[in-house]
Amino acid sequence: MSDLLYSEIEEELRSSVRALLTDHCPPSAILARCEGPEPYDLPLWRSLATGLGVAGLQVPESLGGAGASLREVAVVLEELGRSVAPVPYFGSSVLGLTALLACEDRELLPGVASGALTATLAVPFSTAPDAALPSVSVGPSGTLTGRITSVADALPADVLLVPADGGLYAVETATVTRRTSLDLTRQLADVTLDGTPARQLASHDGPVRQALLTGAGLLASEQLGLAEWCLSTTVGYLKERRQFGRQVGSFQALKHRLADLWLETVGGRAVARYAADALATDSPDTAIAVAVAQAHCGALAVRAAEECIQLHGGIGMTWEHPAHLYLKRAKADQLALGTPGHHRNTLADLADLPVPSP
Amino acid sequence: MDVRELTRELLAEHDPAGTDRLDFLRARFDAGLAWVHFPPGLGGLGAPRSEQAVVDAELAAAGAPDNDPRRIGIGLGMAAPTILRYGTEEQKQRFLRPLWTGEEVWCQLFSEPGAGSDLAALGTRAVRDGDHWVVDGQKVWTSIAHAARWAILLARTDPDLPKHRGISYFVCDMTDPGVEVRPLRQLTGEAEFNEVFLTGVRIPDAHRIGAVGEGWQVAQTTLNNERVAIGGQAIPREGGLIGVVADTWRARPELRSHELHQRLLKGWLDAEVIRLTGERLRQQLTSGQPGPEGAAMKLAFARLAQELSGLEVELLGEQGLGYDDWTMTRPEVVDFTGREAGYRYLRAKGNSIEGGSSEILRNVIAERVLGLPAEPRTDKDLPWKDLPR
Ligand SMILES: Cc1cc2nc3c(=O)[nH]c(=O)nc-3n(C[C@H](O)[C@H](O)[C@H](O)COP(=O)(O)OP(=O)(O)OC[C@H]3O[C@@H](n4cnc5c(N)ncnc54)[C@H](O)[C@@H]3O)c2cc1C
Repeated sequence: MSDLLYSEIEEELRSSVRALLTDHCPPSAILARCEGPEPYDLPLWRSLATGLGVAGLQVPESLGGAGASLREVAVVLEELGRSVAPVPYFGSSVLGLTALLACEDRELLPGVASGALTATLAVPFSTAPDAALPSVSVGPSGTLTGRITSVADALPADVLLVPADGGLYAVETATVTRRTSLDLTRQLADVTLDGTPARQLASHDGPVRQALLTGAGLLASEQLGLAEWCLSTTVGYLKERRQFGRQVGSFQALKHRLADLWLETVGGRAVARYAADALATDSPDTAIAVAVAQAHCGALAVRAAEECIQLHGGIGMTWEHPAHLYLKRAKADQLALGTPGHHRNTLADLADLPVPSP
Repeated sequence: MDVRELTRELLAEHDPAGTDRLDFLRARFDAGLAWVHFPPGLGGLGAPRSEQAVVDAELAAAGAPDNDPRRIGIGLGMAAPTILRYGTEEQKQRFLRPLWTGEEVWCQLFSEPGAGSDLAALGTRAVRDGDHWVVDGQKVWTSIAHAARWAILLARTDPDLPKHRGISYFVCDMTDPGVEVRPLRQLTGEAEFNEVFLTGVRIPDAHRIGAVGEGWQVAQTTLNNERVAIGGQAIPREGGLIGVVADTWRARPELRSHELHQRLLKGWLDAEVIRLTGERLRQQLTSGQPGPEGAAMKLAFARLAQELSGLEVELLGEQGLGYDDWTMTRPEVVDFTGREAGYRYLRAKGNSIEGGSSEILRNVIAERVLGLPAEPRTDKDLPWKDLPR
């Protein structure tokens, strides 16, 4: 059985990431930034990526990384979910590096692994691991033409990894246009390619599929961290807030709701850990582990954020209180890389529970 | 020596094919292979819990008999860990071996007509008489009392103290002439549980577990273990009810519909989430004593069992309208996945009541795990005898 706990090294990594985020990423700073021209916090990203050195945790040292594994990446994601930090870690270190590690062409890898370069996978963020990819055509001289909408972490990216014509290409000069996004802390962009120069990295879709599957599995850890923030913030608030002459948290109707949410969160930790471990060890059970983790955690994060708003009352409805940042991230994450329903339906094949014939 | 070698040695000295079942089980206990995490001399080796799987696999492969845990769940899951933690050396030596081999079945005399969720309100009295206690009162919902040789019993030894403080914990001899067991028929048709009337039952003081007045504290060990016993066993994927439902789905395409398919997938997902949650909990459980997190497993298990057993009846269509047998019997095993779909559906209703109702477990999680404040209470500090009734 896989190890579902956290090692000491993983806990140390968590503490240092959390300390950095607590110091440099308070909700007030996120709120101040999200409507401005620079929605990503690039100084913070540099501190994380190169200062703490988490950009390429799972990349072998020989290829310029830290020689750890996707289990550690998952721990970083938990902390980023807990703080809804506006940094392109998911696009660059999860989607980007997974794709690059699966390509034979290794030229970009050290740069992205060290954090010197920021990459992302140019697909709509809603793309499920088994879904159709956007159509981008390859011109005779290897240039790309096409339009890809709703790409996550494209705004701060130095290089886009573009699936085209069944293969994967690196593009540095695309037109990237910011979209008004539901998620204020991971804003999407449209990518326009019009005879844009590109370099082929792979001639098959293996790296893209691997990146999408890994992304879906590890997104569960971000969702878990987000849900934990919502739960603990709500519990903390209900211990303080008094109405009817007592702490609101002493009312059983609320206690039971939070107990149920806690139970789902405990389940979320188990399945997110299982998926991270399966991906890290290339387990034969990976496809099921990812589907289970994403089907559960996608729904968990949304419920936790919705409960957080409701149980904060009016203050939860304000722009000033950070709860909405979590709700927006949770709802967007629910659609990202396949909805919970989509992942649940993939279990029909994976677990041999056939769809009824018409 | 490692547990695998010890197991092979046991098998070499006691060939299961040629050894009487009970002799084999006793030899296994004496070899420390009954529950390896128990101390040496008490059926264990003081080894990590996880090594039990090695022993069990070796023994199963050799076709060795087991102790039929479904028959002795209360002994194994509740009495044993309590005796181990709070019992005297004599009590451990006397009770644990026949408990584990199944020679002596145990039941749990906790609940009373007036004390269910509020167990600490219990009124069964134990009055000291020399080196004995004389017990009078009524217990209810006592599973398997009709087959039991011993019971773990909570009784009030001091009615002048507040309710949690005047309780003591005893081992009650179910063959005592003052013990009367009457079947109580359940909605499944059978009588797994009973009413138990205790009239002038004499219990030697040597059968008290823990100090006088500390029964409530001792009972927490029993209850925490009960919750783990009900929801917390290690199971393989599709190990429980979900396996039964999934097999029906695979074997009977004519029963399928899209609506049921969605619910089946959700059930399969939830079963997997709970399975992994339990696995993670076991990996965390290094101290050997389940804490309030055990409540989580039991709560989740009850919800899933009810969901799946209801789905199964619907899936069966016309067949779901039938029932296997309403005859009143007094079963000696408790098996949540036994019999047919209708029985499983009805029996699962008990899962959210027995061993602490789901409402009470949510209170436990909210207060002891999340640290939310208790509801205002008036009953905690009053002497038991002055409580409003
Ligand atoms: C199949 C089965 C087997 C059992 N076996 C045994 C056994 O072997 N030995 C034994 O001692 N007992 C046994 N029990 C008893 C079981 O532990 C009790 O039934 C249980 O603790 C509930 O107590 P009660 O029945 O008095 O219900 P009550 O406590 O009267 O509860 C009634 C309802 O009120 C709810 N409720 C009560 N208090 C609160 C509160 N504070 N907040 C919110 N809701 C509350 C309950 O959840 C329940 O829904 C068994 C029960 C069943 C169903």
